[in-house]
Amino acid sequence: MATIVAEAPGQATGHAEHEQSFLRKYIFSSDHKIIAIQFLFLTLFFLAVGGLLAMMMRYQIAWPDQPIPGGGILPESMVASGYILPEFYNALVTMHGSIMVFLAIMPMLVGVYANYLIPLQLGTHDMAFPRLNMYSFWLMVPAGIITLASFWVIGGAAGAGWTLYAPLSARPDLTGVELGQVMWLVALIFIGLSSILGSVNYITTTINMRAPGMTWFRMPLTIWALFITAILALLAMPVLSAAGIMLLFDQTLGTSFFLPEGGGQPLLWQHLFWFFGHPEVYILILPAMGFVSEILATGSRKPVFGYKAMVWAIVAIAFLGFIVWGHHMFMSGMNPTLGLSFTVSTLLIAVPSAIKTFNWMGTMWRGNLKLHTPMLFAISFVALFAIGGLSGVFMAATPVDIYIHDTYFIVAHLHYVLFGGSLFALFGAIYYWFPKMFGRMMSEKWGKVHFWTTFVLYNLVFFPMHGLGMVGMMRRIYDSTGYAHLEGIQDTNQLITVAAFGLYLTGFIFAFNFFWSIFKGKKASRNPWDATTLEWQTPSPPKHGNWDEVPVVYHGPHEYSHPDVLDKDWLAQNERPDVVSPAGGSH
Amino acid sequence: MAHAATAARPPERGLDVYTQKVGMWVFLCSEVMFFAGLIGSYVVLRFGASSSWAEPNEVLNVTVTAINTFILICSSVTMVKAFAAAEAGDQKGIKTYLLATTALGALFLGVQVYEYYELIFHQSWAGSHGFTPQAGLYGATFFTMTGFHGFHVLLGVICLGWATIRAYQGHWGADNTHGLEVLGLYWHFVDLVWIILFTIVYLI
Repeated sequence: MATIVAEAPGQATGHAEHEQSFLRKYIFSSDHKIIAIQFLFLTLFFLAVGGLLAMMMRYQIAWPDQPIPGGGILPESMVASGYILPEFYNALVTMHGSIMVFLAIMPMLVGVYANYLIPLQLGTHDMAFPRLNMYSFWLMVPAGIITLASFWVIGGAAGAGWTLYAPLSARPDLTGVELGQVMWLVALIFIGLSSILGSVNYITTTINMRAPGMTWFRMPLTIWALFITAILALLAMPVLSAAGIMLLFDQTLGTSFFLPEGGGQPLLWQHLFWFFGHPEVYILILPAMGFVSEILATGSRKPVFGYKAMVWAIVAIAFLGFIVWGHHMFMSGMNPTLGLSFTVSTLLIAVPSAIKTFNWMGTMWRGNLKLHTPMLFAISFVALFAIGGLSGVFMAATPVDIYIHDTYFIVAHLHYVLFGGSLFALFGAIYYWFPKMFGRMMSEKWGKVHFWTTFVLYNLVFFPMHGLGMVGMMRRIYDSTGYAHLEGIQDTNQLITVAAFGLYLTGFIFAFNFFWSIFKGKKASRNPWDATTLEWQTPSPPKHGNWDEVPVVYHGPHEYSHPDVLDKDWLAQNERPDVVSPAGGSH
Repeated sequence: MAHAATAARPPERGLDVYTQKVGMWVFLCSEVMFFAGLIGSYVVLRFGASSSWAEPNEVLNVTVTAINTFILICSSVTMVKAFAAAEAGDQKGIKTYLLATTALGALFLGVQVYEYYELIFHQSWAGSHGFTPQAGLYGATFFTMTGFHGFHVLLGVICLGWATIRAYQGHWGADNTHGLEVLGLYWHFVDLVWIILFTIVYLI
């Protein structure tokens, strides 16, 4: 560790001047922009893989009595005579969740955008520790390879759910999965290390490398969100690593940390997992909130409504996120008094969340709305996050949660915040920052097609799941037919599956637009959205080292329609006040 | 760097502390949470356990480990002295104290290996021969916590070895103390964790 840290400054200084080999420039690069783009390709790949697993699950749920088309290409250990085996279904459930959380959404929010935006929006040349940053990416690659490889080992991939509850996850005789479960944990430890190294970088860069004039309360909300997220990851990931290592020892060394027969405590796993798991939920949503705040301000041509309240709401959510983990465990036999305190702390999170939601609406209120693709995704984020947030209030209340625990209601809720929330914001962010990353615009027409098909199909898939949960459809059920209380829901399940297939296909519209635009898109100007933050004041794409001269910041982050500026409706953070507004402004 | 002069970085803004030091403090925060996870689990498992915990001196050799603890504390002192020597530009002092710190760290590891060897091959526990990670929760928590601490010491000793080699190349001096300070922070942290582990695992 210390070796790397001590050597880092030499790396940070050398930029722009010398030609680098292809390998150093594009593969083992320490340039934060290249690393961000590497993360982008990696995570889009895993998004497609995770989605494919979900499609197989949906097929099984909708038509459990029919062989899956194309199932013949999979080995007998997964699909026997055309039918998905129950053990393989367990692996699908587990790996869909794990891949989406750890290899798609989290590294896409943080790995891509923290890397890309922190140095650019703060006005610095690169991260504090560029080489650590490179390691952070290259630790994700083996994690991904191990995860994919685990499908093909004897016993198949991990099948104990993404939450890995012990003793199910610790004893191979319970799931029939031995090596896959171990590989899952090894991949997790790589991911944890990558995340911690990344967080050290993001936090240090934000604290210490801001451009002159970039005070804390002039930082764009994206940076605030990413900074607080990095703190969450820094403090939560190591706890999961510690728990994961103990579980790994239970699986491989014959210890019994979480096995009751050896004196261990299965509940301890749940506490440790959710002590990580709940901050993780906010790791997955806070950056999305940051992107949305910024896109909404740009698309409404107005400053973010209540900027400071937005900042403190992020801080409050992050703090509360550490003291609510027990609300995942209401069914674990916990003391009702303790359950009540977790209910109260969880309900409290609704307050800062509501502050954010109303401030987004306040930002748009009477704005000069530009309904381009990023803006459409950002607006729908607000709507879908509100639905997901409200169903979260249902679950926070113990009596309701006991009823809907481990049903499709939970599946609906988590997809409303994770897909309707995080992923919609991510699509918006990809469209929004694509011109800066690749120097070309993505197609607006196909962007809108992508948005509308995604929005409609997404709601068709996930909204009916609330109802399925209310009638008691179990969360990880392999075949829901044949239960008396679930009679009559099969039509809904088939509708959901058909819509889900459509939703997956919309991903191809996006992928086509994405790759086509990299090569053939319209050339982007420096600042295609007339935005105020620093990254838009550099060429698209910015060169290695970002700036010839470090920018000096004079203004807040979202100064749209400033009354002192007459010739345009935006004021870049680094525009000199004596040039644009003789009065010096009122800030 | 060949272009050190042309690529001079603008002055850092933010805290009045150089970036590497901030980075190490931030990293140590995550280390605190890692050990908090292990120690917290230990506390929960130990107080939840019915009978599988031995009395302090029954299995573990507290005397040997107490001496080992003293060795590690001494290495923290020599680390401080090495940093002080660097600040004073005392080349001889830097070499001597870094070498001493590395040696004491390595000695700590050696004693820990000896301790493990004795426990695994010559100690008996709960009627069976050998005190191993499989020896109930007691053995599992003992080897996990001390093992991960030992792993951190190992990383520290490797870095110290590197710093010592650089010292003999005249790398450190009054104008170049940052690396030693950052390494020192890590080393003191490892020392501090050990004092907590020694107390809760060996003494209580």
